[in-house]
Amino acid sequence: MSEPILSIRGLTKTYRNGPRALDNVDLDINPGEIFALLGPNGAGKTTLIGAVCGLVRPTGGTITAFGHDLARDWRRARARIGLVPQELATDMFETVWRAVAYSQGLFGKPYNAARIEEILKSLSLWDKKDAQIRALSGGMKRRVLIAKALAHDPELLFLDEPTAGVDVELRKDMWEQIAALKERGVTIILTTHYIEEAEGMADRVGIIQGGRIRMVDEKRAMMERLGTTEAVIALASPLASVPESLAGFGATLSEGGTRLTYRGGNGEGKGRAEVAQLAQALTRAGIGFTSLDIHDSSLEDIFVGLLGEREAA
Amino acid sequence: MHFNPRSGFAIYQREMARAFRTAFQSILSPVLTTSLYFVVFGSVIGARMEPVGGVPYGAFIIPGLLMLTILGETTSNASFGIYMPRFTGTIYELLSAPVGVAETLAGFVGAAATKGLILAAIILATARLFVEYEIAYPLLAAFYIMLVAASFALFGFILGIWADSFEKLGIIPMLILTPLTFLGGTFYSIRDLPQPWDAVALANPIAFLVSGLRYAFYGVSDVPIGLSLGLTLGFLTVCTIIIAVIFRTGWRLRE
Repeated sequence: MSEPILSIRGLTKTYRNGPRALDNVDLDINPGEIFALLGPNGAGKTTLIGAVCGLVRPTGGTITAFGHDLARDWRRARARIGLVPQELATDMFETVWRAVAYSQGLFGKPYNAARIEEILKSLSLWDKKDAQIRALSGGMKRRVLIAKALAHDPELLFLDEPTAGVDVELRKDMWEQIAALKERGVTIILTTHYIEEAEGMADRVGIIQGGRIRMVDEKRAMMERLGTTEAVIALASPLASVPESLAGFGATLSEGGTRLTYRGGNGEGKGRAEVAQLAQALTRAGIGFTSLDIHDSSLEDIFVGLLGEREAA
Repeated sequence: MHFNPRSGFAIYQREMARAFRTAFQSILSPVLTTSLYFVVFGSVIGARMEPVGGVPYGAFIIPGLLMLTILGETTSNASFGIYMPRFTGTIYELLSAPVGVAETLAGFVGAAATKGLILAAIILATARLFVEYEIAYPLLAAFYIMLVAASFALFGFILGIWADSFEKLGIIPMLILTPLTFLGGTFYSIRDLPQPWDAVALANPIAFLVSGLRYAFYGVSDVPIGLSLGLTLGFLTVCTIIIAVIFRTGWRLRE
């Protein structure tokens, strides 16, 4: 395993007269991965990004990016980090081209018209290059923010709610852009409310709640560990109890013995295989059924379940 | 100290572009206002006034009016330059960039000072249309204008970080700088004030600035030029230290 590109240890942030926004956060980000940070509103996602990007002064802890301690060697680290903020904060009277050129210069890069052209074309902004930003739609403004963040070719890119307020088509377009950035070797950390986004793109997922990292794992492993399959089988005739031959499946009867429900598996195919075995066992036992409804839990189910457990605890 | 010229130049270029984009407000408007002063006080009323310290009245008021414009405009430009990104949220980019206090000041303060100098040049050229004057020490005048423009651009920068509303942004230039400049000998010599007002007037730091520029223009002043220069350099140093502390602590910049 290669060295983490970003390493956070014991990161704490307490706002003046406010709650503890980050509480002893430890997190490592691997080079080249897409890491999705999930959490409810006010969980500390934006504060965490702000602490790494220099917008928030941590109360305690250390942040190391590319081997540089951000408290001391922040210039070298920040030159390689890009940020797309949640808010549509841009100079509305500036043209798209000038706004991107400004970002390139601000991060100490020489003016490179060819690179700006390449970025604008890749984000479908080329025909808007001379337009004032205020004249663009919300989705296009979001693209301008991405273009600005890419102007200095960052190796680590933070996307704070990149698809918030963006229509479905543009959202898919942006997912493609993010995938293309990953292809180019850019490490991406994104926060999102659309859990399907994390499910579709992320290599690893972190769940943050109340300023604490609750869980970090590879998406596949998390779904395997916490994912389940639910199958509801409508029986042709009611059963008084689950027959002995089906006991190993852990299925339960409901609705007067007319519904047989199975919950199990790992979200990675094991559950579906067991449902198939259960159906075969029903047939072998001569128990007829009229329908079979299967549902695999999504990352969202896992996320909601985890947060629910924590809140109940 | 680490300094990345590209970053500083990017900020400078953007601030200058903003000034030219709003040329009427940032350049034409102050030039027009100052020209009106020249017409009314310099040309019309000035023709009936006695010379002050051997300088015709129309020419006498030029350094004071120049100071009035430079102080007001550089302070407003620099304060607006940093306040707007804070207000709109675009400051995130500056804070997340590998940019320190040196590049930020070179960009914001450099641009505000440049705008002040451009204004001064236009106002001096415009003044020629209404009154006759000769500058005794042109190099000293240019240096002094640059020094004052840079100092008040720094002051404006602090103001822009301190302010948390547009109202506060306008309070200092409108309620403090303008009255102090008017009362700092723009239209009269402090020496001509009756006692104890001549001594009271010297409690006004702007009086030292007006006097210093008047010395560079005509070789006459209310206070020694060394004192004016020392005070301005001291003000510049204090402002620079305050900004360095703001960047170090992140006051009103970083949460």
